This record gives sequence, C-alpha cells and structure tokens, in this order.
Amino acid sequence: MSDTALGHARHVVTENPVTGFALALFILFVLAAIFGPSLVPYDPLASDTANALQAPSGQHWFGTDQIGRDIFSRVVVATRLDLGIAAASVALVFAFGGFAGLVSGFFGGWVDQVIGRVSDTIMAFPLFVLAMAIVAALGNTVPNIVLATGIINFPLYVRVARAETVQRREAGFVDAARIAGHRDMGVLLGQVAPNIMPIMVVQMSLTMGYAILNAAGLSFIGLGVRAPTPEWGIMVAEGASFIVSGEWWVALFPGAMLMTAVFCFNLLGDGLRDIVDPRRRT
Amino acid sequence: MSGQIGNQPTPPEAEGPLLLDIAEVSKRFPVGKTGWLSGKSHSLVHAVDDVSLTLARGETLGLVGESGCGKSTLVRLLARLTDPTSGSIRFGTRELSAIPAKDFARDPDRARIQIVFQDAGESINPRFTAADAIADPLRQLQGLTGDTLRQKVEEAATLCGLPLELLARFPHQLSGGQRARVGIARAIGPRPDLLVLDEPTAALDVSVQVTILQLLVSLRESLGISYVFVSHDLNVVRLLCDRVVVMYLGRIVEVGPARAVFDAPLHPYTRGLVAAVPRLDGVRADALRLVGDPKSPIDPDPNACRFHGRCPIGTDRCGVEMPELRRFAGGRQAACHYAEEAPA
Amino acid sequence: MSAATPAAAASQSVLDVTDFSVEFRTRAGIVRALDRVAFSVGRGETMALVGESGSGKSVTAYALLGLLDAAGRITGGSARLEGTELTSASPAALSAIRGKRAAMIFQNPRAALNPIRNVGKQIGDVLRRHAGLGARAAAAEAIEMLRAVGIPDPARRAGAYPFELSGGMCQRVMIAIAVATRPALLIADEPTTGLDVTTQAVVMDIMGRLAAETGMATILITHDLALAAERSGRIAVMHAGHIVEDAPTKTLLLYPRHPYTRRLLAATPTAAGNLADLRSIPGNLPDLRRDDLPPCRFAARCDRRLPACEAPMQWRELEPHHRVACWNPA
Repeated sequence: MSDTALGHARHVVTENPVTGFALALFILFVLAAIFGPSLVPYDPLASDTANALQAPSGQHWFGTDQIGRDIFSRVVVATRLDLGIAAASVALVFAFGGFAGLVSGFFGGWVDQVIGRVSDTIMAFPLFVLAMAIVAALGNTVPNIVLATGIINFPLYVRVARAETVQRREAGFVDAARIAGHRDMGVLLGQVAPNIMPIMVVQMSLTMGYAILNAAGLSFIGLGVRAPTPEWGIMVAEGASFIVSGEWWVALFPGAMLMTAVFCFNLLGDGLRDIVDPRRRT
Repeated sequence: MSGQIGNQPTPPEAEGPLLLDIAEVSKRFPVGKTGWLSGKSHSLVHAVDDVSLTLARGETLGLVGESGCGKSTLVRLLARLTDPTSGSIRFGTRELSAIPAKDFARDPDRARIQIVFQDAGESINPRFTAADAIADPLRQLQGLTGDTLRQKVEEAATLCGLPLELLARFPHQLSGGQRARVGIARAIGPRPDLLVLDEPTAALDVSVQVTILQLLVSLRESLGISYVFVSHDLNVVRLLCDRVVVMYLGRIVEVGPARAVFDAPLHPYTRGLVAAVPRLDGVRADALRLVGDPKSPIDPDPNACRFHGRCPIGTDRCGVEMPELRRFAGGRQAACHYAEEAPA
Repeated sequence: MSAATPAAAASQSVLDVTDFSVEFRTRAGIVRALDRVAFSVGRGETMALVGESGSGKSVTAYALLGLLDAAGRITGGSARLEGTELTSASPAALSAIRGKRAAMIFQNPRAALNPIRNVGKQIGDVLRRHAGLGARAAAAEAIEMLRAVGIPDPARRAGAYPFELSGGMCQRVMIAIAVATRPALLIADEPTTGLDVTTQAVVMDIMGRLAAETGMATILITHDLALAAERSGRIAVMHAGHIVEDAPTKTLLLYPRHPYTRRLLAATPTAAGNLADLRSIPGNLPDLRRDDLPPCRFAARCDRRLPACEAPMQWRELEPHHRVACWNPA
C-alpha cells in the first residue's frame, strides 16, 4: 500500500502543482517553528527605541515596531507558538471529536442522540464568541486557548467521523471482524477507525487553518497570548493603530504570515483529499 | 460468558450426528416507528418466521430463495451475528440462542462457526493485507502470535491455493478469485465445524467460480467441515449441496435432497424458481412463470400461505389456512396443501 | 438523417459494425479495450454478446452509442445504424439517435431512473422529446407502454416513483422508456443481473415479445451463457477486446470451434453436470496495456496454439454464419 499511496501522492503533486506548493510552504513553516528561534537575526523581545518604527530595509527586512523590535524575527519566532496552539487544539479535537463521532455513528441510539445534541448546542453559538467566552471564563492561558479552539471545532469532527462510520458500520469487514472474535470496541477501534483515518487527516489539515485564525483572533482582541510574547494576532493588533500614520509594515507582515499559514493548510487539505479519495485513484 | 480464549471443541462422538439443530426460530424487526409518545405498537417485519432445520456432520445444506426471502437473516442468526426473537439454535450439545450475539464474539464456540462472505472484496478490511485478514481470527480466537501465527496463516493460505507471495498484498491489489481465496482461508483458519458460505462465488466469473467451488469441495473432504451454502444460483447449489432448503418470505417452503427437489419440486414456488433458471439447452415452451412480486413481509396474515396470490395453483383455502411443512417420501418436506398434486 | 444504404436495406441489417476499435488513455498506459470488433444485427434478431468481466462487451455498447467517458476514444472502424455512421456522428447527432433510433437499458435500473419524477412522466418525457407528442397524448401513451411491459394496473403505477417499485418493475419501466419511441436497436447491458431469477424470466419474456412485435434488433450483453442460450438467436463470444466466435446459438453451443468458447462452456455449471466435470480456464486475461499484445489474445491460455497463431488475427467463416477468429479451430 505504502508504495502505491506514495506513487499516487507523487502523481497528485505533479498533476496539481498547487498541492506541491502548499507542501513546500508547510515544510517551510515547520522548519521555522523548529529552528526559527535559533536562526533569527535579532532577539524578538529586545527593544531598541532608537530604531523604532523603521521601514523595511536590508537591516530589518520587515522593519521594526514601536519599541524597535525586529518584526522579521518576531514573525518567525511566533510561528512555533501559533502553529503549536493550532496543532495542539486540532490534536485534542481529533482525539475527542473523532472518538465521539465514531461511537455515535457505530452504536447509534441514545449515545448518538446525546453526542448529536451536544454538537448542536455548540453549533448554536457564534463559534468565535463561544471561544471568547470560554477563554474569558477559564482564564487567559495557552492551554485554555487550545481548549477553546478545540471545543468550537468539536461538532465538525463529530459530523465527519460519524458520517464516515455510518457508511462502514454495515460493511462486510465489520461482520467478518465479529466472526473473527472482535467485540464492539475491537471492531470500532481496530477495524472502523483505521478506515476513517485518511479522511480525518484531511479534516485536520483543513481545520488547522481555522485553528490558527481562531487562536490569533483571540490574541488580537486581547483574550489570548499576552504581549510581549511574539504572536501574529497580537502583532497585528499592535500594528493596526500605526496603519493610519503610514507605518503599514508593523501589521502587514504578521498579517501576511497569518494569511499564508491558513492558505497553506487549506490548500494542503484539498490536496490530501485528492490523495485519499479513491475515486481519483484510477 | 467464558473468559477463555481458544477453541475447545466437545469431542464429536459426544455430540451425536447432528451438528446444528434449529427449531422454530423467528426474527422480527420493528419498522415504521410510530414515535415513543404515541405509544402505538410497531409494525413488524417477519424476516424469518418459524424456521426449523437440521444439519448433519459433514453435510452440505443449500439455502435458496429470492431477495427478501430471509436467507441473509437466517445466515446471521445461525452464525450468531444477530439474536433470534424466539426459537432454539442448538449447536452440537449447546443451546446458543440464549447467548447474546455481542457476547458470542468471545465465546469458545465462536471459532467453530465461521462465515465466508458474499463479496470478498468488501468483507476484507481495505487497510489489512491478506496475511492480516487471515491472521485476525487466529489471533483473536486462538490467541496465536509470532511464528505459530505466521505458520498457521501460511498453512491456511496454502490449503486455499493462495500463493504465499500474495499474502503481503492489500485486497485492491488482488483479483476477484484471489480475494475469494483469502476470504475462505480466513474462515477455515480457526478450523470451524460449520462454515456458512454466503454466495461466495456471486461476484466471480464462471471460470474462476469453478476453481473456487472445487476448492470448497476439497476442503470439505480434507477438513470434514459442514457447509451451509447460500446461493441464488440453483445450478451451483445442485452441484455442491446434499440437501436444499427453499425459503419464501421468511418461511421454509420445501426441504429435500438437492437433486430430487430440483428435478421434481413439490412446492409450486420451487417449480417456478427451477423453471426460471436459464439452461444451456434452451428455454422450455411449457415453462412456468411466476408473475408479480412477493407480498409485503410486514405484519403478514398468520393464517394465509405467504405464496398465496402469486401461486399458480392456490385456492381459497390457502388464504385462510397456513400450510404446515409436511413430510414426504425420500426425506422431503413441503409446505403446500396441494403438494401431492405436483406433476411427477 | 440519410436513408438506409441499399446494401443495409437488402440484408435487413440494423447495425453493421466493422473493425471497430476503442482505446482508453490511463495513467498506466493505453488500454486497447476493443480491437477490430465486427458483427451485425438484423431486424428482429437478438444477438448475445457474451464474455467474462474485462472482455469489452459493455465497452462495445457504450462506444457504439457515444457514451464513452473522456478517457476513451474510438480509434478506428465503422458502425452503421440503418446506414447512419455512428463513429463520425457529432455528439448532438448521437444524442438524437440515442433514445429515438437506438436505446439502451442498464444493470441496476433504479439508479438509471430519475428518483424524483414519477415513472409515467419519465416515459412521457421521451415521447414528447423524440416522438413529438403533446403532454396529454404522451401521458396516455406512457400508460400504454407500461401495459405493454406487463405492469399490472398501469394507470395507477404511472404515478409511482422509482423507490416505490421493485427492481424488476423498475427494469420494466426502463424497457418501456427504451422502446417507447420504437427504436430500431435495443442494447441491453446485463439487464437482469441483480434481479431474481423469476423476475429475470419475466423481464426477458417481455423483451423477447417486444422485439418480435416491433422487429427491433436486440443486443443482449451478458456474462451468463445459459441466459444467452435461452434468449438469443445468435451469440458472439468476446475475450479481451476481440470477438473470437460468432455463430447461431444452437450451433455455438453444440459445435463450439474457438478454444475459448469451448473452455467457457466447460466452466458453466449446467443443470446436468457434476462439479468434477467442470473445468476452469487456465491463466488470466492479458494486460491490455501491453505494447506487445499478441495477435491472438487468448494464445497464452490456449492448448491448441500453433506457430501460425503468431500471424495476424483473421476471421474464418467455417460454415455460413459461423465465424471464428482462430488459426486452429476445434
């Protein structure tokens, strides 16, 4: 399988260069998250008031902010935190939402009813407002941002996992597994779950974008990561007031970074969907 | 439920000649839910209704009938994948009907009843290799691991004529015939006493079908397994089965030695079924045609023959008196008031 | 449309296919799905196209009616329907031919019907589009068509939706739609696969009766040799994109000449034989993507192979109406 999947992946990438581009961007982001802090030219926290609000130049590629910190360094260093929050929240919701969807689709009945109503309740709120409320209630910490971002994505994961499970609940291999001596949980985790995994991975990539945006949004309105920590949302918020006075670079570069990251994960999700979609594997 | 894993069969001599003895088994499903507030009772689909049959050791029993006749439900009942609404399922010396299907997965008798599914492609987990698929019941039911497991997997594959180099492949990398062999190897791995074959060759081309049927015959001889063979292809049933059970709308309408039933059917439904099977020697001018569709299986009239209305020889009596399954010479049974009038 | 050519009219032939070849372009190479397929079907005749999966029997039907998907294309040959060349016809012309002069029915009739229109309207649609009937006349004719395909209480059933009808009923509705415009040719692609045998018998009876009444030519595509034996006047056997043998049904069954036909017959469970008497066919279909496909695509599986089999495939007419593509027929 791995060789044919790899071959198929190579085909999708060559047939659809956008996916290849997204993959390259993704690798770049991951490298920035891992090695960024040790590679950047300036300390992202070091202020240099003498050089405040410098326009982009050879010295400061993305310019400097109101207290003279190097925006390029801050933008790169922020990658780890922003992607980290998003990845953690996606992992969290993948585990809980995915499992809830599996159970819901497989057993049906009251379990399905309860999980369905919980999802509906979450969906009834404007999701960003719900995330705000959660962080405001639980406290302004990184774990709470992760939790809030995870909760608002919960219904999405439940729905996808449930729909995929329902399709396979009656599959021949489920009966075959029972005949082979698996009980319900064994069938669910050992047989059904691996089959819905590819589609869940696609889902993860697609929601990574939302998660990044959500985490940055919370920080933007002051309910997330606090200054002076480098984080794209705060940087945009801080830079917003300088746009009117002509210092556009303070908000533009973190904003562009945010946009690129979301864009990258959405494109990657579309590409992954093509790779796992068996209808395209002919 | 026993906590034991593994197959500890009762010695056959202690169990008598009958492997399976099903008595008055029924399965009804509620449909058309009226809502829990209204408190009205559900309508019931009578999927399997009052079915009794036996299977001797080493025997191959054919199960035929059209879609919706209840043969799939009966298969799931006797493979203990679903629970009967009423009736008894005796397997060897044990009564299995009282064991809930969800607990039967870990029952010591689980290994003794296995199924070969209709569509081998669909019944093998697409993320399992052939070896994984064959190993799964051996690992689960007999607790095998490591080299013993590998050896048993290869043994089962070899018995089923599956080249060992194909064991590393995924289902979509195998041909239809190879997948069918994987499905059979998986089922015989735990050395069952009863193998339920649910249309095992329905998706195969005739040239492949032949090899699979011949494989099943040789496995029956070498391993001494009893088969319940479900098929809509009467020609295949005739070739493989000792006895045949004909079902119509959840009930057994005829039972008997396969050749006798197909050569001189007693029940008018069986006659229509046999007449409808295409033959290489061309269509017969006098062929009996069953027109119309079966009646609804939802809340059927308990006093009317299920075939009444579609039956070419039915009378008013058939609408008010359900025919019982009656015994006839030559080990045959038929559920028709007018079975004696069958043309010889 | 042009009038029938004199030759076609003289032979009463509805469809003449010669040297008909189809290829599919795939990632893994070019699949030579059909190679110089040739046959003709006459008025009122039912010809069965028989073969195992992958033999190209369905591709033949789809290609003839211009229903190939984007990867497939006709690479050569000719197919004339009552004198009209189909291979060079424009998509618009083919679309006009389909449903009017040539119709097709499929396996899984319920999927082929529109789920949200009642069956009477669906039959009426065809009549209004291709026969120019008004709404009222079409509705009345639709009921007549339902009666013609043996649906009881046709006036009431005309208001039924596909999900309310059994599979056999749906296939009868498909047949009603197909024959509503009195086509010259009906292609039935595995029309009874998935139906119960009793229903199959009834559906095949209806198709046979309609063909006899209207003089419609029928191509019955099936994997079931016994069904072909009962229901066709002539059988063409396909293997790996070739027609290997073409003969009147009785002749083909009693005196099969091509080694593949003989093998296929020996593998078919008949009502009389023993399992031990059945023989499988050794080997597999050749990979149709190979560039070096042998002239005879059965050669690698054949026990009657000669050095002559390396020569280009050629039709041999052994007796009148009995053709074999084999250098060493039995």
